[in-house]
Amino acid sequence: MTAWRIENAGADALIIRFGDTIDPAQVPRIRVATDRLAQGLKGQVKDLVPSYTTLMVVYDPVQNDFDSLGRKITRLLGQLDERQPQVGRLVEIPVWYDPEVGPDLERVAAHHQLSIEELIRRHSECEYVVFAIGFAPGFAYMGHAPESIATPRLATPRERVPVGSVALADRQTAVYPIATPGGWNLLGRTAMILFDRERETLCPLAAGDRVRFVPVGRAQFLEAGGVI
Amino acid sequence: MARETAAGIRVINPGVLTLVQDLGRFGYQHLGLSPGGAADEHAFLWANRLLGNPPGSAQLEICLGGLQLQAKVATRMAITGADLQATLNGRVLAPWQTFAVTPGDRLHFGHPRGGVRGYLAVQGGFDIAPTFGSVSTVMREQIGGLDGWGRPLAKGDFLPCAEGTGPSLRVPWRYLPDYQRPLVLRVIASDQSEAVGAGLLEKLCQSDYQISAQSDRMGVRLSGEALRPQQGGIVSEGLGFGTVQIPPDGQPIIMLKDRQTIGGYPKLGTVFPLDAFALSQRQPHTTVTFEPIALHDAQGRLARFYRFFGV
Repeated sequence: MTAWRIENAGADALIIRFGDTIDPAQVPRIRVATDRLAQGLKGQVKDLVPSYTTLMVVYDPVQNDFDSLGRKITRLLGQLDERQPQVGRLVEIPVWYDPEVGPDLERVAAHHQLSIEELIRRHSECEYVVFAIGFAPGFAYMGHAPESIATPRLATPRERVPVGSVALADRQTAVYPIATPGGWNLLGRTAMILFDRERETLCPLAAGDRVRFVPVGRAQFLEAGGVI
Repeated sequence: MARETAAGIRVINPGVLTLVQDLGRFGYQHLGLSPGGAADEHAFLWANRLLGNPPGSAQLEICLGGLQLQAKVATRMAITGADLQATLNGRVLAPWQTFAVTPGDRLHFGHPRGGVRGYLAVQGGFDIAPTFGSVSTVMREQIGGLDGWGRPLAKGDFLPCAEGTGPSLRVPWRYLPDYQRPLVLRVIASDQSEAVGAGLLEKLCQSDYQISAQSDRMGVRLSGEALRPQQGGIVSEGLGFGTVQIPPDGQPIIMLKDRQTIGGYPKLGTVFPLDAFALSQRQPHTTVTFEPIALHDAQGRLARFYRFFGV
């Protein structure tokens, strides 16, 4: 059993720390903890913010203080198993990998002395977990990509990365939910909407979900509503 | 523009930056949505209290003044926060009190004489549809505000509100803040403070820092004694209100309402919220200092503050 510990994050928030280094195996535990607290502390927390190794709990200091909430959390979490069975939904994200929408595809492939086809195969053959959502609404940090395609960020970020861009930075991958400045390597694009104001859940992804990228052709991308 | 016959307030000139705010957007930080909300809850909550409004009723946060409005309604309003030299039909309006407006009245704000952000509340609150549970305007995310898309007020905007009457009230003088006074930021140590760097928190508390001009609703950047953490970055984790982050240049940043939800700079601790509210009213180049506060003490004071305002 790996212990977790509770730390203050100011007068109205605390952080539950599950580990100190990024580890995809940690993610299901944090997801289970998040779901348990969402249920068990309904009406007592303002936000639950899971990230790579932590879960931040934002609360109302009139209702609870650090000690009283800490006791409730300890009771609810009890002993979290080191390994959780697969939790989180499996979400498939169709991607059109092509230099036309993935301007870094050729350079990243060359950097690793791979063909474009092989780079696409390696990026799309593994199952990723969502570590956290942040940076911008709906921006999901996912990992790990195979070590063999790990690629550093651009030295100079782009001023504008188009919405839906599928990107790689070191061993993490992500989809840009809105057009923003960004420094990740762009491999392709998806027609899937990652932050949808009209949708009740807003995002198709949550921390702890699992993701597969499914290569599709230009026609399928366009048919699904993709924009070049 | 179409609601000419409805009761409300017309924007003649939006000024430097005027935003619709409430107490923030909660329940969406796990999807990356910043909580946003009034930068200075102390001034915000007093304005609603003077008018007998629910504490989170929508108001205008007027950054650095210049706002010009025309009333299309007979009601009561209140101004708190920065002294923006407001006038009603040319007559000086003292802040921290209510006043009556009638249709045609012109309400103008000048430059700040003290503080940074003024708050304008109307009896019953401005009637604005919330976006994801809140009207708070987060420009970076294009969320909240008058039309839901996170834009600041613009010329010609119309802010609906109801008619109202009531007594003239002012905030008792003993509660009035002095935004010119030297500010001491009480900081709650994080459990990581020592791991971030031995003695760094003490160093923070022994040095003077100046507020940088590159400060905004997201965070206040300070300049002074550089702090050198053991490591340049940590695994990204949730960022609370008032977090003291140390970026690679060693100059602390205090994270405020429009902060991103997670961050990867080392953290020394968290500024006590009431002091972080006061910080948002300090002008660039003002000097601030730090001193420690125990978590238990901070939580007791904060809970009393919110109970007083019925939050």
